[in-house]
Amino acid sequence: MGSITLKQVTKTFGDVNVIKPIDLQIHDGEFIVFVGPSGCGKSTLLRMIAGLEDTTSGNIDIDGQDATNTPPAKRGLAMVFQSYALYPHMSVRNNIAFPLKRAKMPPAEIEAKIASAAKILNLGDYLDRKPGQLSGGQRQRVAIGRAIVRQPSAFLFDEPLSNLDASLRVNMRLEISELHKTLDTTMIYVTHDQVEAMTMADRIAVFNAGVIEQVGTPLELYQTPINRFVAGFIGSPKMNFIEVEAVDGDPTSCVGVRPEHLKVTQDKGLWTGKVGVIEHLGSETFLHIHVDGVGPLTLKADGDCPLKYGDDVNLTAPQNKIMHFDAAGKTLPATPFSGN
Amino acid sequence: MATMQSRNLARMMLFPSVVLLLAWMIVPLCMTLYFSFLDYNLLTPGSEEFIGFLNYEFFLTDPAFFASFFNTLLLVGGVLLITICGGIGLAILLDQAIWGRNYVRIMVLAPFFVMPTVSALVWKNMLMNPVNGLFAHFAIWIGVEPVDFFAQVPLLSIIIIVSWQWLPFAALILLTSIQSLDREQLEAADLDGAGPFSKFIYIVMPHLSRAITAVILIETIFLLSIFAEILVTTSGGPGYASTNLTYLIYTQSLLQFDVGGGSAGGIVAVIIANIVAIFLMRLIGKNLED
Amino acid sequence: MAMNNSNKSKIIYTALAWGISGMIFFPILWTLLTSFKTEAEAISANPSLFMFDWTLENYSDVLARSPYFNHFWNSVVISIGSSLLGLVIAIPAAWSMAFVQTKRTKHLLMWMLSTKMLPPVGVLIPIYLMFRDFSLLDTKLGLVIVMTLVNLPIMVWMLYTYFREIPHEILEASRMDGCSIAEEIFHVLLPLALPGIASTLLLNVILAWNEAFWTLILTAANAAPLTAFIASYSSPEGLFYAKLSAASVMAIVPILILGWFSQKQLVRGLSFGAVK
Ligand SMILES: Nc1ncnc2c1ncn2[C@@H]1O[C@H](COP(=O)(O)OP(=O)(O)O)[C@@H](O)[C@H]1O
Ligand SMILES: [Mg+2]
Repeated sequence: MGSITLKQVTKTFGDVNVIKPIDLQIHDGEFIVFVGPSGCGKSTLLRMIAGLEDTTSGNIDIDGQDATNTPPAKRGLAMVFQSYALYPHMSVRNNIAFPLKRAKMPPAEIEAKIASAAKILNLGDYLDRKPGQLSGGQRQRVAIGRAIVRQPSAFLFDEPLSNLDASLRVNMRLEISELHKTLDTTMIYVTHDQVEAMTMADRIAVFNAGVIEQVGTPLELYQTPINRFVAGFIGSPKMNFIEVEAVDGDPTSCVGVRPEHLKVTQDKGLWTGKVGVIEHLGSETFLHIHVDGVGPLTLKADGDCPLKYGDDVNLTAPQNKIMHFDAAGKTLPATPFSGN
Repeated sequence: MATMQSRNLARMMLFPSVVLLLAWMIVPLCMTLYFSFLDYNLLTPGSEEFIGFLNYEFFLTDPAFFASFFNTLLLVGGVLLITICGGIGLAILLDQAIWGRNYVRIMVLAPFFVMPTVSALVWKNMLMNPVNGLFAHFAIWIGVEPVDFFAQVPLLSIIIIVSWQWLPFAALILLTSIQSLDREQLEAADLDGAGPFSKFIYIVMPHLSRAITAVILIETIFLLSIFAEILVTTSGGPGYASTNLTYLIYTQSLLQFDVGGGSAGGIVAVIIANIVAIFLMRLIGKNLED
Repeated sequence: MAMNNSNKSKIIYTALAWGISGMIFFPILWTLLTSFKTEAEAISANPSLFMFDWTLENYSDVLARSPYFNHFWNSVVISIGSSLLGLVIAIPAAWSMAFVQTKRTKHLLMWMLSTKMLPPVGVLIPIYLMFRDFSLLDTKLGLVIVMTLVNLPIMVWMLYTYFREIPHEILEASRMDGCSIAEEIFHVLLPLALPGIASTLLLNVILAWNEAFWTLILTAANAAPLTAFIASYSSPEGLFYAKLSAASVMAIVPILILGWFSQKQLVRGLSFGAVK
């Protein structure tokens, strides 16, 4: 069990309104990711769910029960922190056993739980070491181990991978996804990295300045972002935005094309520009193209793209891949676009 | 990490400290203030009566007050000057590559741990005594008249003793601060062609300013109420030559049993300390902000 | 053999440092040596540094003729008792200020610091009279209370700076793991802060051991700690240099040793965390 419902939840620090009223239904067993630029209130909301911060107004229900004022220990949730937050004075074994001891579980049972957690997370060899003797990745595993032995109704992760180096991050990402499949428990995962969000999530909630802009599956957010912020935040490299002149009867103030949808063409195309910096990644190539009157556009091409710095190119994009936004940033229904 | 629950608990856990310190500070202070308006002598109990500001008038017009006020300033100022200048010098010296630095450190630090009565007695008798003291022996050996320290220069003698006690503290704090100086800054200054003097003025001193502030603050707290060193060496004399405010008030209240006069003196001392404190808190508040 | 420049300067600096530190340490060394001399040698006009008849007589005299152990015990009780009591009061306060910060926290800390600046003579008479009326004069209990209050601000400040270094996420993790706040403090905070707590204790023992205003004023024969006992040697009949030295050495050695162990913490504690 692990369904969590946020109803009109807000948070203010002093007079700063950090979380505007938020409604969100988190389903039992789902992997939901809170993503957004840093400082937008993701951690604050997660900590409110955990019970580490008071809720200024609104309600948080856990499994149908109002838990708004329940202390953290009684909510049945487990949290994995960015800094791991292991107890440095205890061995790995005791770190993992700590929550079980607090719950007064019999020692034999604790041993069994530690053994099974150690097996799942490959910690067998390290059980008697102190956290200080472990690498970052191992520490993160211990933190996860400490969380899973309690069999919480939901896991809360606050940027658990941001202290790891890039290659380890990719591995741990897979391990956490794997863990979710094995345990089938609700996981709420906070990150500012949209790649993590896209690769791990069942559903993503995109945050911006204390509000949730959109909630949906990764593909929904990618294909049908409801506004310019979500469109720009989801997808890498970022979507190109091109301001357009106002035309009577057409509310479009800006169109967006993702780099992967922008194409070089021999025909006249929609825009013409000069090739700037070229980034070869091997499997693909990013071209930064300077378009007069529009600014730089990013284009994603094949790995063996023959263009060179300074080449003149014509660019186009399929009509159904061009998104239209109004002056407030809201996505508009697609209309034919014929260049500015 | 602030929930209602933890905030309430925090308030409860702060309560004992705050209440105790309030009781320790405010209640007796109010009593002192009250006594200071009474004609109150312990030798004639029961005859207390309200006499307004008379005690203050007596205290503030007493030549002893001026003498001890200036002695207090000289004592604090003199010791601060000696310990900070000496401390900076020692700190720079101990920061150099030298053999046996740990032993040197231990020796320099030792006087700080000597209790004030012991250091005062050792200096008074074994070093500064005009007949049997080591300094007197030395003076005779090189053929000059021995100085009778506590008769001729009583306040200076006390300044010397107290400086000896506090020099280690200043040196240690400043040394710790110097050691935390970013070596790359000095190397960059070397590359820019700075000499040792300009490195000291433009890099070392600004870096030390925070530590110097701390030294001034802490030493002043303790130096304003120097007592034991005076009690066991000169008892404030000759005359009032080495009496500071603390000692003056002590003699008035507990030797002459003049509670009213002593209390007025106490309030004056508090006001003076407050003036110093406000000044210091400004300084340290600025310097301690991270 | 040619000597390079840095070696030359190292020699000069070493000589200078040893010379100056030797001078600073000399009064203590001299006291130590004198404590092993006879009274005649102690005031000799041709004092000798090491070439004299070493004797332990002064020590046995001091111990036999005065209740030295009484005063030693008083010092122990007062300094350790007040430091322990102070910890019990200061730890919860420091926890609150370090982990549940509010807008008032800074002001509260500054206020506590400011109580240290109140000159003791400002409260001398009321305290003296209260002690008299509650029969606390010349009692160890009375001194323990006073020393606790005198050093409480320093204890709170020191503990506060140590606690601040503990990541609060670790405490939050323990709260998620099912700890009540009391369990959080006992199982997580205290073990983590143990080095800081130990040095706070040590520094306060040193400060209380050496305190010489209240101990001199509030005690007489009974509860006098070593500070007050030694002061009694200033009266004329006590002017025996060798015995004075022996008594002094016994009074300062325990704390010198503790002090040398705690020099690092001393800086931090006494500078209220401004210098680490
Ligand atoms: N304890 C606090 N007191 C005051 N402001 C806070 C506190 N914690 C967070 N904030 C503010 O709330 C905003 C959201 O912070 P946070 O939830 O940590 O953002 P995110 O995790 O999305 O980067 C930030 O502007 C931050 O400065
Ligand atoms: Mg965050």
